[in-house]
Amino acid sequence: MSAKVITITSGKGGVGKTTVVANLGVALAMRGQRVVVIDADVGLRNLDVMLGLENRIVYDLVDVIEGRCRLRQALVRDKRLAELFLLPAAQTRDKSAVRPDDMIRICGSLREQHDFILIDSPAGIEMGFRYAIAPADEIIIVTNPEVSAVRDADRVIGLIEAEEKGPVRLIINRIKPDMVRRGEMLDIADVVELLAIDLIGIVPEDKAILISANRGQPLALSSDSSLAGRAFHNIARRLRGEDVPFLTLHEPGIFERLLAFRLRFVRPVGD
Amino acid sequence: MKFFERLLGHRYKPSSGKVAKERLRLVLAHDRTDISPALLETLKDEIITVISRHVAIDAQGVQVTFSQSAHESRLVADIPLLTRRRRRKR
Repeated sequence: MSAKVITITSGKGGVGKTTVVANLGVALAMRGQRVVVIDADVGLRNLDVMLGLENRIVYDLVDVIEGRCRLRQALVRDKRLAELFLLPAAQTRDKSAVRPDDMIRICGSLREQHDFILIDSPAGIEMGFRYAIAPADEIIIVTNPEVSAVRDADRVIGLIEAEEKGPVRLIINRIKPDMVRRGEMLDIADVVELLAIDLIGIVPEDKAILISANRGQPLALSSDSSLAGRAFHNIARRLRGEDVPFLTLHEPGIFERLLAFRLRFVRPVGD
Repeated sequence: MKFFERLLGHRYKPSSGKVAKERLRLVLAHDRTDISPALLETLKDEIITVISRHVAIDAQGVQVTFSQSAHESRLVADIPLLTRRRRRKR
């Protein structure tokens, strides 16, 4: 058994990468998968607070790279879920402390004993992004239905394709269904058409996400999940190769029906 | 009168979602090819110079633009020739 390494990246900051990683990690672990989430945002770590694990960190990614501890010692185990581990980023260092080879080596030694390794990439297209995608078997782009986020996503997709990494799939996060309905927001079909990559998930804007971040309890943890929570569970199932229909965020118009029709022909990647 | 204007104005003003899509379409085309609008102008001027050396063209009507689909971008130069007929019409 060898883990699949999936890097979650976006180009633009603040689109919800860390939220996606935390919730997918939780959703996969709730399905009995052995998961490690790696915070690759050295100097600006946040995955620990999203998961509510900030008080349990002893060692971090850079400690492992520089040999101050063994990899096992740096993994923080999530007490709520038997098989979810966090490898935190260093907070007092910068991105020059990590090289692509380090990430490949670390993921290499984690692969055997886990099913999924999710890497939370830093925003941007510089060194941090480079080392975050280095070990990836698969890459997920997170974007919002906004001009700047879509533009940056396209740039990142171009860079990933130039490195012949992939497959690359897309999560559209923070969709506001009422604005889409009024024609005041890019809709799902628009974004998919512009970026020309396969969609793996759509997540509606949801106040519950902020509330769950306040508490350090990812939305996906609660079983009576909100719409966004369900969206994350659906993505987790798709990552495992299940064929799950996309959520209906509002009364389907002709556009959505056409999209649903098209999506049926998108092949699930991997497994 | 105002009523009709408002009716028409409202009807013909595209939604901001559609505007966003059209703007993105153009921006992505430029980003993907690394060709700026300024470079397009330069290309246009030089194309006009080179072609006019050999053929009579309508320099005012020359257009150099992008055409873009999901997986390819192409540069399209539309160069109207000054045919005898057009010359006569003028």
